[in-house]
Amino acid sequence: MEELRMTKPPVIDLDGVTFGYTQTPVIEDISISVAGGEYVAVVGPNGSGKSTLMKLSLGLLSPDDGNARLFGNPAASFDDGQRIGYVAQHASATKAMPITVREVVKMGRFPHVGFGSLSATDWEIVDRALERVGMSAFADRRITQLSGGQRQRAFIARALAGEAELLVLDEPTVGVDAESVVSFYELLDQLSADGITILLIEHDLNAVTDHVNRVICLNRTVYFDGPTETFVQSDALDRAFGAVSVQ
Amino acid sequence: MIPSTLYTGVLYGLLELWYWVMTQTWKLTGLAMISPEYTFMHRAILVGLCIGVMAPVIGTFLVHRQLALIGDALAHTAFAGVAVGLFLNGVFTIGVSPYLTAVVVAVIAALSIELISETTDAYNDVSMAIVLSTGFALGSTLISLNAGGLAVGINQYLFGNLSTVSADNAVILLVLFAIIVVTVAITRNQLLYVTFDETAAAVAGFSVTWYNRIMVMLTALVVVGAMQIMGVILVAAMLVVPVAGATQLSRSFRESIFVSIALAELAVLLGIGLAYYAEATAGGVIVLVAVALYGCAVAIGKLLDRLGPESSPTVAPIQAEDDTTAD
Repeated sequence: MEELRMTKPPVIDLDGVTFGYTQTPVIEDISISVAGGEYVAVVGPNGSGKSTLMKLSLGLLSPDDGNARLFGNPAASFDDGQRIGYVAQHASATKAMPITVREVVKMGRFPHVGFGSLSATDWEIVDRALERVGMSAFADRRITQLSGGQRQRAFIARALAGEAELLVLDEPTVGVDAESVVSFYELLDQLSADGITILLIEHDLNAVTDHVNRVICLNRTVYFDGPTETFVQSDALDRAFGAVSVQ
Repeated sequence: MIPSTLYTGVLYGLLELWYWVMTQTWKLTGLAMISPEYTFMHRAILVGLCIGVMAPVIGTFLVHRQLALIGDALAHTAFAGVAVGLFLNGVFTIGVSPYLTAVVVAVIAALSIELISETTDAYNDVSMAIVLSTGFALGSTLISLNAGGLAVGINQYLFGNLSTVSADNAVILLVLFAIIVVTVAITRNQLLYVTFDETAAAVAGFSVTWYNRIMVMLTALVVVGAMQIMGVILVAAMLVVPVAGATQLSRSFRESIFVSIALAELAVLLGIGLAYYAEATAGGVIVLVAVALYGCAVAIGKLLDRLGPESSPTVAPIQAEDDTTAD
């Protein structure tokens, strides 16, 4: 078993990645590797390239230089959407689209069913995902009627319905009230304990340091990459944030 | 103009079947507007019913992508397509249906809107404005080049006309209808995902670029199909107004599609009926009825919100993985 784990490629593997939307790189020569089951946070000031790093990791952008691999395959051509769940800053979304929580969670099954319809088993998985995040009672509510915290739970349920191995969250607690943030992180802790790999892009440092196992501190380049306890004691944050005022 | 193959035989057969259905309905109801001597009304109603399905179905995806005005942009380019057709007919006397040239030009324009957005980082409404103006400019230029020959028939395309829906045009519409309905039925999952959350859809492995292109091409087809009785100027309304009404009344996406079809069909049938008896332009009357229905939908939606405040359920505790399978 141990041997098997050793031979598994990293879930996310960036090797010397550089990327810029213009001539100036937003991300410069970054090499990080995230193994299966890790619970990692990427922190950094605004404009530090956190979201760009996430997009490169998921193959939504292609590096100008270096290699980005996802589950051992080139990230840009990776199309096995079943293995990834994605949660964005939806809490503050105001899109007035009539769509129920169950319909949103159902989308998690779309990579599995393709052009087909959901089978009874698919619907069971959807209902189980809703139950898991405590949102069954809200299944037939319009997603716009939910609070920010409830909405984010629904999006986690969508990732669970997809049976994702990797969960990527881009500042998921923006616009979510403090109480809901606490239970939201409890949910992430639980998922991490179940073995799901979690990559969390986060602005709220306190929330991060209480939960994740590993922190990557970013501001164009990597300022810190290591266990959370070491990060708390280091001056990486000051250096990373200080770099902004210098720029 | 349409090659006589088995398929076209079937399509014209369907049209004959529709005449028969309308005649039977006339025998039952005695409605003068569908009497057997008015086969143009039979065709107009058939075209209207098809528009009442395809316009709100496509419109639902557009409205929730905040692309409500793309229909307007494509209608103006479809007008250019009509002008191209009339121009070719006038100059080369080749007898091509202006609706077919409209389909071609509108689809090219639809792809241009996407390409301009993709390659220049412009907002979608900027690319729409560019394509809309280009379309109308091209149309008006071609018409002015040969004013005597072209200006005559142009009103029917601008404002739509019930009586000019020929059998050939009805058959073209049936083909467009089939293409649209089948494409949406096949790609409904992907279109919904891309509409709701583009980034998550891309992460899920769906090609957002391609589904966006499919969406705008289908819009072009709807616009050309609906243009026959709605006219260039009002065609976009059918993509937007019933959907806006349905959004007020529906809870789920699925429900909103069915409600928008119901509202659109009601608008089309009442509109054609009223236009016939009032001898008014059908496109205008249909849109006025659709807007009135939208007003009712807003009022009913507000009333329902007030009458039935839903009790707020509480969020259940988070369950460990095994808990959910245990019971």
